[in-house]
Amino acid sequence: MQNIFAFFRRNGAQSGLVAKDRLKNVLMSDRVNMQLLEDIKYDIIGVIRNYMEIDEDKFSISIAQTANKYTGVKTPVLFADFPIKKIYKNG
Amino acid sequence: MTEIIVVTSGKGGVGKTTTSANIGTGLARAGKRVAMIDADIGLRNLDVIVGLENRIVYDLIDVVEGHCRLKQALIKDKRCETLFLLPAAQTKDKDAINPEQMLKLCDALREEEFDYVIIDCPAGIEQGFRNAIAGADRALVVTTPEVSAVRDADRIIGMLNANGLGSPMLILNRIRPQLVKKGDMMSVEDVSEILAVDIIGIVPDDENIVVCANKGEPAVLSEKSPAGQAYRNIVQRIIGHEVPFMDLEKKDGFMGKIKKFFGS
Repeated sequence: MQNIFAFFRRNGAQSGLVAKDRLKNVLMSDRVNMQLLEDIKYDIIGVIRNYMEIDEDKFSISIAQTANKYTGVKTPVLFADFPIKKIYKNG
Repeated sequence: MTEIIVVTSGKGGVGKTTTSANIGTGLARAGKRVAMIDADIGLRNLDVIVGLENRIVYDLIDVVEGHCRLKQALIKDKRCETLFLLPAAQTKDKDAINPEQMLKLCDALREEEFDYVIIDCPAGIEQGFRNAIAGADRALVVTTPEVSAVRDADRIIGMLNANGLGSPMLILNRIRPQLVKKGDMMSVEDVSEILAVDIIGIVPDDENIVVCANKGEPAVLSEKSPAGQAYRNIVQRIIGHEVPFMDLEKKDGFMGKIKKFFGS
């Protein structure tokens, strides 16, 4: 009997889990605002300066949904993009 | 000491007014002196849910504008001696009042020595919301286990925090245990994990709520209504008693019984 119920369910993923994942993602982007990204950018620049010289004017930062290469599961990923001018020798 | 509690949600249609009516009535039934305020100016509804729509003479705006005294506008409930309703104005809009006036009204209510004042907040995050929360000591956020409702609840929780109403508590409304069990509805745990707030009540989806709304009698007064029981529990928690959460599994439907029989 259990198999019958399992059979009927097999055709669709449990929609409660789908809802939870969608909700997590939507809240993630709701909670991220420009100020937050600016703060992160500021902090990252502070750390990176210790190791290399970068073009701070061309520094861009964003969060985007990206599918995992192997599993296909979509997760939000933070992208920080900056041209390196020079790497300091002694790290 | 008067405790002023605002019932809010962000999204409309998740059960704010029903929740306000049941908590207000339940607190009064528990012996407390209670005033319920309908802060949804222009879309008056709390009066209908508690069956007092025929007794309205003055409303909240009349009080604020000084057309009557607060006592004149407070309508005494039909069933509970210690329960009063301050109805919203139906012909005005949300700009007819501002947060400062609401604050003054709340102070006036404190002087009337109510134990609890329950404010039914309008949907949305604009002026009406700001008015409703202005004089509140604490907030209850109502949501249903749906993506849209929980998303709006998250936004509201953020706004409450920003306005000095930290640590609001959550009421999860219209839970359908069978759907949760099947995996087709987010569970209480899912929602509380995502919103990271404490839960003060879990209210099962209950047909009695429709019947009660039809009659203008809050379900909290009905012994046989599961939602009514959930509201009575919430009332006890507001008063400060520890009450375990209801076992929602108990109410299996027809299919539930069959599945159980076959050991699924």
